[in-house]
Amino acid sequence: MPAVLDLFPCEPPPYNNARGYIEMIYNKAVECMPRKKMQELQLERLKRIVSYAYDNVPFYRRKLDEVKLRPEHIKTLDDIRLIPYTVKEEMRANYPYDLLAVPLKKIVRIHASSGTTGKPVIAGYTRADFEIWSESVARIIVAAGGREDDIVQISFGYGLFTGALGLHQGWERIGATVVPVSSGNTERQVMILKDLKVTALVSTPSYAMHIAETAERLGVKKEGLCLRLGLFGSEASTPEMHRALAEKLGVFPTENYGLTEIIGPGVSGECEEKAGMHIAEDYFYPEIMDAENNAPKPEGEYGELILTTLTKEGMPILRYRTKDITSITYEPCKCGRTSARMSRIKGRTDDMLKIRGVNVFPSQIESVILGMKEVGNHYEIHVQRKGYLDYLEIYVEVVDAGLLTNYARLEALREKVRGAIRTVLNLDVKVRLCEPNTLKRFEGKAKRVVDERNL
Amino acid sequence: MVKQLSVFIENRPGRLYKITQLLSQHNIDLVMLSIADTKEFGILRIITSDIEKSFRVLKEAGYTVSITEMIGVEVPDRPGGLAEVLAVFDRCGISIEYLYSFARTSDKIAIILFRVEDSQSALEKLMEAKVKLTDRVL
Repeated sequence: MPAVLDLFPCEPPPYNNARGYIEMIYNKAVECMPRKKMQELQLERLKRIVSYAYDNVPFYRRKLDEVKLRPEHIKTLDDIRLIPYTVKEEMRANYPYDLLAVPLKKIVRIHASSGTTGKPVIAGYTRADFEIWSESVARIIVAAGGREDDIVQISFGYGLFTGALGLHQGWERIGATVVPVSSGNTERQVMILKDLKVTALVSTPSYAMHIAETAERLGVKKEGLCLRLGLFGSEASTPEMHRALAEKLGVFPTENYGLTEIIGPGVSGECEEKAGMHIAEDYFYPEIMDAENNAPKPEGEYGELILTTLTKEGMPILRYRTKDITSITYEPCKCGRTSARMSRIKGRTDDMLKIRGVNVFPSQIESVILGMKEVGNHYEIHVQRKGYLDYLEIYVEVVDAGLLTNYARLEALREKVRGAIRTVLNLDVKVRLCEPNTLKRFEGKAKRVVDERNL
Repeated sequence: MVKQLSVFIENRPGRLYKITQLLSQHNIDLVMLSIADTKEFGILRIITSDIEKSFRVLKEAGYTVSITEMIGVEVPDRPGGLAEVLAVFDRCGISIEYLYSFARTSDKIAIILFRVEDSQSALEKLMEAKVKLTDRVL
């Protein structure tokens, strides 16, 4: 009776969201390791990677020699603070191959960061690095609820960017069906989501939003899709963004985190508890620092995330300043994992705006905008300067047709947005109401801040 | 009653042109168009030859658009014509949000479209007062 089947575009899934499945942990031995044992493992690996970098990367030999540090001086985990930071500019200065610890013939793939200014940062991977990478991404996928019977659409741009191939390998590792769509051609994305009965979407949160809007416009409803999971990364997102995506696409949304300089995606990711991103601490040693003063932040306090690769063979990196602002807790998670969890990235030290003395993170503005039904999910933050003072103008799209009965209601909406932002930031901003679909959409990382100051 | 479209529009060069062009591409005839002076944005009000189709076309193109019902009144084109109608409004306590008018010179009448808060009850009151209502504007 094919007519009956037509009523159900896909088989009713045996689950409604990630929780329906039996809780599973990809690598229980490591992910649930007692803290003391983890620290022993980390110390052993830290000692090894420091002497490995010292012996094989001239850049690190010089760096350690400069502060008269010898690898054998590392006796405890806290001794890591004796090592100077590595910063992005140094990685660029060593472009392309000077940070490699192995001959090029041992490198099996090159990736690069999406550098918008100057040279990109090159990352070289050996076979052993691939193992670590796939393993760490597989852990995140399983923690997010991914299973081998998932059909995964990877809507990250393939290429030098680590996001697409990183997630690709992880999903392949757990045996899922991977659909490498790449980014772009959003109408086709929707068609594939629907026709291939895709169950999991991998993309940036902003692109997922664009896909959802396009589906809406094409008349594709979430009930007509089989989506159940959304793995979002490569840019920070807010709980409001996740709620909106869950509602529009019918996915259980999780966030994951990583960076090319360290490995790509796989550094950390949320589990089904959504209580912070579990860090693969056996591979990547995290610190939260007040980097300016080289002072460690107490557990739970926000600071800059510093990462050290504990096992990387191709390109070991010691104490990389990520510029990402987060906090870490070592409390075991309800999911059973004992690994350290980092909170959502609150912002970056370099995209923090300082407006008339007030620290502003774009994520704070996003949480206000996404909490309002009258405006769309896309926005722009314009930074302007008048005289010596900086001002913000927030562009939002008016989507509530109910406001069109009279002009005063539009003015009232503008005041409402202004007021809500003032409450969060304690700062007066201008608000500009725009027509729908006129603000920029992004297929990769969203760039919401437009600096008009000509500094 | 006469149906009118309200469209959110930004006050930027080319925005109004884009809408009129879109309608013309779909062979829709504009009957009436009005936009009050605004600074950065405003509400464009239009009546077209096919309101439902215009609504669909604009919505699909991504505009924020709604359909509003207007009360159409036929007024004799002579001194005091409008004043007599407004006297009824006043007596019945109907407050007007906005209105616009156009003359149909061949018939010696003017058509006035009123936007009021509660169209239904206003309509009943006006009918009772024997005001000449119309739902065609051409």
